[in-house]
Amino acid sequence: MSAEARDLVATPSETVGPFFHFGLATNPDLAVVAEPSVAGTHIALRFRVTDGDAAPVPDALVEIWQVDGAGAPAQRPALPSQPVAFRGFGRLPTGDDGCCEFRTVLPGPTTDDQGRRQAAHVNVCLFARGLLRHLHTRVYFLNDPAVAGDPVLALVPAARRGTLLARPDAAEPHRWIFDLRLQGQDETVFFDL
Amino acid sequence: MSVVRPDLAGSQPPLLYPPYRSTIRRAPSQPLIRVPESLSDLSLPVYGAFPIAETDNDLTRQYPGEPQGQRIVVGGRVLDEDGRPLRDTLVEMWQTNAAGRYRHAVDDHPAPLDPNFGGAGRTITDAEGRYHFTTVRPGAYPWRNHDNAWRPAHIHFSIFGWCFRTRLITQMYFQDDPLFAYDPVLQAVRDERARQRLVSRFDLTLTTPEWALGYRFDIVVRGSAATPFEERV
Repeated sequence: MSAEARDLVATPSETVGPFFHFGLATNPDLAVVAEPSVAGTHIALRFRVTDGDAAPVPDALVEIWQVDGAGAPAQRPALPSQPVAFRGFGRLPTGDDGCCEFRTVLPGPTTDDQGRRQAAHVNVCLFARGLLRHLHTRVYFLNDPAVAGDPVLALVPAARRGTLLARPDAAEPHRWIFDLRLQGQDETVFFDL
Repeated sequence: MSVVRPDLAGSQPPLLYPPYRSTIRRAPSQPLIRVPESLSDLSLPVYGAFPIAETDNDLTRQYPGEPQGQRIVVGGRVLDEDGRPLRDTLVEMWQTNAAGRYRHAVDDHPAPLDPNFGGAGRTITDAEGRYHFTTVRPGAYPWRNHDNAWRPAHIHFSIFGWCFRTRLITQMYFQDDPLFAYDPVLQAVRDERARQRLVSRFDLTLTTPEWALGYRFDIVVRGSAATPFEERV
């Protein structure tokens, strides 16, 4: 729908700036998307954010949304104070090395409203100083045979699809690493939703 | 594939805006890839388990004493582009103190910290999408984007909305600030009507007699053609 057809002008996005931590990054629970009691393959999902000079971005904020290991979304608790085992959501600031790491489960495959199967993926919103609008991307998992038939990956030029694959850490196979390269060589694919 | 959707042109800032220097090495150089709404995970629920404490929306009561500065109320509604209120949605905010200093390790502006002011708040909208905060008016502060650069006084806002497509982080300004014309963060929004959306308005009905001036700031998140969450409105 075009802006003309809408009643109201949307509020423009503005940068999160470098001073967001005391406002947005004070809840340590948000590093844990799935508590250990949740069924599924538990993994660490590590993001590395770099800029156009391949330098670490130490003041980014990463948010992730995902389904559980069976492909089901998180349930909203009846009361905000109730503990939640599967949050389906995580939020972390990057450190000086441009990294942050969530604890979660491998998401299950999902089916969109037209019945198409989507490969296991994690949705990402990335905020940072210097980003006037946040960026959307998706984390897929290397060696998942379902990525070949994924309808969103099919929108991406084949040469760039590899930027959307998390890779297992050679030293610790339960840890998956996803590079968020904002600009330049092997720039991560970002989506307009 | 498109660089920007037609309805975003103008109302939203571009990713690359060289007068705001930090965009130069951080803005992606490749075009964004448009994902049709039918392929987006828009039915994933918004995380709702943020516990809210009683003083979370009153930044003047979070410490033993009262903060310095002009006490204000900031309130308004969270709506979508079709004017539908967003109820039960998390609104987070953060700001400098009255002197223009953030309570943050990397803020080295030589203005005083206020022992009675943290500068962060959160609340949940009511059934009509309304929210309000009590705080003090933030100060302008210098930054190193260009020679003699100053940010106009502002409050950062973060809103979840219905799904991650309505996710919004923005900044609220105060009417008639002479710094607007010199601020590349605000000027990156090229459309005047959209820029005005970022400017709060003095509002006598929000003003608490003998206590605090009121400012209205309505927040409009993106609507959805498919409106998958109609039943929640």
